[in-house]
Amino acid sequence: MAEPTSIDGLLAEGQRQIAICNGCRYCEGYCAVFPAMERLPVVGAGDLTYLANLCHDCRACYQACMYAPPHPFGVEIPKLMSEARERSYSEFARPRWFARWFTAGPRAVAALTLAGALVFAFLAWAAGRARGIFAPTESTRTFFDVIPYGLMLVPSLLLTAFLLAVIVWGFIDFQRASRGASHLGARVWLSGLAEVATLRWMRGGGDDCYYPAIERSSPLRRRFHHLTAYGFLAALVSTSLASFYHNVLDLPAPYPVLHPVVLFGLVGGIGMTVGTTGLLWLKARAAPLQARREALLNSSFLVSLNLASTSGLFLLALRDTPAMGALLVLHLGTIVALYVTAPYGKFVHIVYRTAAVLRSAAERAADEAAGGRSAREPAALGRPASTRLP
Amino acid sequence: MAAYDVVVAGGGNAALCAAIAARSRGASVLVLECAPKAWRGGNSKYTRNIRVAHLDGDAVMPGAYSPQEFLSDLVRVTGKDLDQDLASYVVERSLDLPAWMSDQGIRWQPPLRGTLQLARTNRFFLGGGKALMNAYYRRAESLGIAVRYEAPVVELAFEGERCTGVVVAANGSSERVRAGAVVVATGGFEANIEWLREYWGDRVENYAVRGTAYNDGALLRVLLDLGAEARGNPRGHHAIAVDARSPKFEGGIVTRVDSVPFSIVVNIHGDRFADEGEDLWPMRYATWGGLIGAQPEQMAYSIFDSKVAGNFIGGAYPPLIANTVGELAQKAGLPVLRVEETVGEFNRSIVPGEYDPTRLDGCRTIDLSPPKSNWALPIDTPPYYCYPLIPGITFTYLAVAVDRAARVLRESGRPLENVYAAGEIMAGNILLRGYLAGIGMTIGTVFGVVAGEHAAGVRRG
Repeated sequence: MAEPTSIDGLLAEGQRQIAICNGCRYCEGYCAVFPAMERLPVVGAGDLTYLANLCHDCRACYQACMYAPPHPFGVEIPKLMSEARERSYSEFARPRWFARWFTAGPRAVAALTLAGALVFAFLAWAAGRARGIFAPTESTRTFFDVIPYGLMLVPSLLLTAFLLAVIVWGFIDFQRASRGASHLGARVWLSGLAEVATLRWMRGGGDDCYYPAIERSSPLRRRFHHLTAYGFLAALVSTSLASFYHNVLDLPAPYPVLHPVVLFGLVGGIGMTVGTTGLLWLKARAAPLQARREALLNSSFLVSLNLASTSGLFLLALRDTPAMGALLVLHLGTIVALYVTAPYGKFVHIVYRTAAVLRSAAERAADEAAGGRSAREPAALGRPASTRLP
Repeated sequence: MAAYDVVVAGGGNAALCAAIAARSRGASVLVLECAPKAWRGGNSKYTRNIRVAHLDGDAVMPGAYSPQEFLSDLVRVTGKDLDQDLASYVVERSLDLPAWMSDQGIRWQPPLRGTLQLARTNRFFLGGGKALMNAYYRRAESLGIAVRYEAPVVELAFEGERCTGVVVAANGSSERVRAGAVVVATGGFEANIEWLREYWGDRVENYAVRGTAYNDGALLRVLLDLGAEARGNPRGHHAIAVDARSPKFEGGIVTRVDSVPFSIVVNIHGDRFADEGEDLWPMRYATWGGLIGAQPEQMAYSIFDSKVAGNFIGGAYPPLIANTVGELAQKAGLPVLRVEETVGEFNRSIVPGEYDPTRLDGCRTIDLSPPKSNWALPIDTPPYYCYPLIPGITFTYLAVAVDRAARVLRESGRPLENVYAAGEIMAGNILLRGYLAGIGMTIGTVFGVVAGEHAAGVRRG
């Protein structure tokens, strides 16, 4: 696709700041972004998108930057990257006209949750089981006594298919525009995915995130992110297992507490609830180095995950009480909101960040193959990198 | 009146090392930094690494660097007339610095691109000098060291031979602080344009000061007036070629221009004035500040073509670009005909050879004055580029004499009893001229720690 033209102002500012970074290079030990900048003879729009999605916003570079405000050079890489990231999210949202949904804030998430819950309540009513929600009787023991299995399955499958399609579409376009490496060998995939899985670039080169306070580093953000991400994965495993037990083994819910479906769901739900609450708490205290819209997208996504996991936990805890029906409908509503907003919210960072980390891993592998030096680097005449104002 | 066992004047590397060392010995400590918090850290915030001797390699420094080798490197760049005793002392004590610094929370990184030639001799701070200073300030805070910003020390108070405290100028008035001992770590005077003018006249108007705007040398003057013995040439300063568009102060590393050996350099009249290819750039770059400073209006222009444009690391400002030499000269505000002539003469005088930017390649000119001894390639492939250059001062060499305990020595040879100096203000005992990457931080850290330890031993009377 064509290079985006809407970010010319941002691109010019990016080129200015990156020229300063490339003349300095003191931050190259923090993360993959700075060595990636050094490999770029010219920074194009696609490159900026790539760098922005490679940046994990750990802010180690900001605290170390002698050119950050009030210095007149005004270098603010976390903010620049946040703005470019936020632009790229709408740029690669598919289908394109859906991108306007990116303005969804936490309130929109709440509204969608409510709408989703109403849809499921309507389905229950249409199936003649509305009483299961509001006036449960002895006969409403399982979720499917409230919402028939088919009515639960079909919307979920549709939403999942929609989400996957939109993600793959965006990933391919993103790869093309950010000039992602075309040949990813097995080793690059392995090392890249390991970096994604361990949040290696949120470690600040061993110094961790300078977040929420710029004054000192803290592992909290990385840990809460791990809880959220792995909690999300555990919840996915739980759901997939449940459908496996139901459809393949013909063992429908409910399952006992020590059943894998319940255990994965419980661990995942707790991880996500603690993780997202922690991240929201840190966010409220963080230095304002984020584009306003990206901050909004982050909050929406975190709130959405938080609602889904918290309502899931409540549903599990109270599934044998009369509150089950109402909680189920509410929980399904939060899942609808999560899936509908996902392709137009912070969820997509999973896709783009992975693509960016893979490109960076491929470039580093190529550097290594070339003997650890970039072709651009003159061996002896280069800057002697002295100290004391070299 | 506030009173502390040790008062440290300054807020850079040497000052914080002194404060931490004194506090670790139990002294109550006050740091008086003249800059606002956002600009704290003196020139140290622009540094990147420290030179240390070490007997074994480790994860960030491959191979050994013996104290003997370190000392001979130092003597080679600065000459034999350095204070041998202090120099060997710094080199010996540098062995312990990495462990001491790690204990204060300093983190390291292996050198990456463009800095590999220093891997064995220099230890790199993760994130550079500002990250280093942030770590020291965090350590100071956790140790309970008091820090005041925008608090310049303007005077030392004495009762007889003994310093009893300092006078701080703050909020338009002055204030006394009592001290058992005082450590002066306020750097050189490179940001004091009036002082520089005493030696260099009005030409300093056109210089950039690469580092902190707060090194006014006020306490250096105070100590000299108190009879402290001066070391080093008062006119001595380290200056390099920086981009003419640089800010007057605080431009740091990114205003440096490294195109000189790949280019020809002309003055405002369009004439060359020095051999751009005399030696490898790390050997020569610090001579170009002085060379440009001697040109009219202290301006020069580095002109090169697209063949060599990717051969060096660029800086904060983009080069001027044009499709002909004449157009480039016009953009730079240079006499077009004369620049075309200079480029033509240069191109015609080149002896063909095998261009190799990694060594002295002997690609040179003949019958040209001044010659270009290496890397002479015809400037003939558009687009053409130009960086406008001015001198940028890094630091001054003038210092006060100190002994091994970092006590300030008077001309009589007797030390001031309880006044210590550390960092750039005394580095001129050891580095009289020239430069060795990372040596400023070595001197500042060793003498900062030494000064702090000794100052903590002097209790308030």
